[in-house]
Amino acid sequence: MTDGPGIDRRRWLQSALATVGGLALSACDRISQSDRVNSTLDYAEGWTKDVQRLLLGRNALAPEYSVSEISATFRANGTTNPDTEEYNRLAQANFADWRLVVGGLVEKPLELSLEELRRVAFRTQITRHDCVEGWSCIAKWRGARLSTVLQQAKLKPGARYVAFYCADTLELTLDGSGQYYETIDLIDAMHPQTLLAYDMNDRPLTVRHGAPLRLRVERQLGYKMAKYVMRIEAIESFRDIARGKGGYWEDRGYEWYAGI
Amino acid sequence: MPVADRALTRGRIAVYRHPLLVRLTHWLNALCLLVLLMSGLQILNAHPALYWGESSSFGSPFIAFGAGRSAAFPGWITLPGWQDLADGRRWHFFFAWLFVLNGLAYVIYALVSGRVRCVLAPTREQVRHIGSSIREHLRLRFPHGEAARQYNVLQKLTYLAVLFGLLPLMVITGLTMSPGMDARLHFLTTVFGGRQSARTIHFLTAAALVSFFLIHIAAVLTAGPVNEMRSIVTGWFVIKPRKEES
Repeated sequence: MTDGPGIDRRRWLQSALATVGGLALSACDRISQSDRVNSTLDYAEGWTKDVQRLLLGRNALAPEYSVSEISATFRANGTTNPDTEEYNRLAQANFADWRLVVGGLVEKPLELSLEELRRVAFRTQITRHDCVEGWSCIAKWRGARLSTVLQQAKLKPGARYVAFYCADTLELTLDGSGQYYETIDLIDAMHPQTLLAYDMNDRPLTVRHGAPLRLRVERQLGYKMAKYVMRIEAIESFRDIARGKGGYWEDRGYEWYAGI
Repeated sequence: MPVADRALTRGRIAVYRHPLLVRLTHWLNALCLLVLLMSGLQILNAHPALYWGESSSFGSPFIAFGAGRSAAFPGWITLPGWQDLADGRRWHFFFAWLFVLNGLAYVIYALVSGRVRCVLAPTREQVRHIGSSIREHLRLRFPHGEAARQYNVLQKLTYLAVLFGLLPLMVITGLTMSPGMDARLHFLTTVFGGRQSARTIHFLTAAALVSFFLIHIAAVLTAGPVNEMRSIVTGWFVIKPRKEES
């Protein structure tokens, strides 16, 4: 230090005060970064899931709306265009060459074109999409019932979850863990409103909203409803996929059970 | 069950005002509300706009917070202190569970022990003189002597409104926003006028609770902070005799 002692002391006091203040402020932040705290907070997700599953059962339906309630603008979150070479090529041909691959723990792996998917038992529903951020939009969806597709593929006894692999990479990472994926369990997979949706508001899905196929899981939040679905796999556990939490956002701290 | 008064020096009387369960649930409730408020503002920061109705009319919100700022609510009032919706939700839902269980423990106790009937419900006499109570309150004059033994009528009505109005409303509007619960309890969405209305009411109710907190603290400070704090920590509240009585 080249300053005089008076200035030196004042500096010392200032930095001491800044340190004390900083410690007090960062105490809260350090608490919320502690692993033990986080694993304690995680219990709530289990309680919420268990209680909701008990109250909802397998078949309670999400509310459905009338045509007049459809939102004029439906916000698109996450990727709004996967923009990979392969995706662009498929999109240019109106997804005529696209095939949905259904594999994993199934007796009969499938490869379905959009035409074939449109011939599967379908459902049309006007539902509310609740984003984890807090907003809601209402749209009309038509899609193949996931339960029917899975019945055609015949699940093997070990299958407990269904994984959806998507065409979009939301975060560029070296290990490829930034690619969007989602998992749901068989209770949601077999729910009558769970669809592989290809139409939105009576038109084929646009690129913004997940063309050619997006998942609808109406009793959960928007991030469960993967867009740009390319491949479906029946699996026993999602521990070995990407970072092991069961989805792109789940790997980044969000709940796997997104019913609240 | 009632704990006997203790006579103190100079004619003062120590009254056992708050049983242990009331004190414990009070402080746990205070902690829960603090965490819920801060994590709630963290969650609101993810989309700091409120709407009426079932869905969001992005072009014409009812309220939009912090236009142009990177975060609508600053870090010192959110949990965690940086923007992280996932962490905010974890804190919010864990403490929401704690808040509900703690609240249920209190409500069951208050009903079974007769606290609601004996301590919180205004007497017919009090209701008749509500006008003069309001006038006294506005002049910041608080009851002394034997009158201080029970809550005054405004206090009773405020506590009842918070305990059986605002706090349950927070939980119910919160549950109404859950897409899972909506599959079972859709009538709630209808009652509140839509999911986005429930979200707006959730926020307005939180704002009302913050106002209650400020008035509550102001009342503690003006009525005698040491005595009030002692009573909610140890249970014992000291009544001083009126000047003319002593």
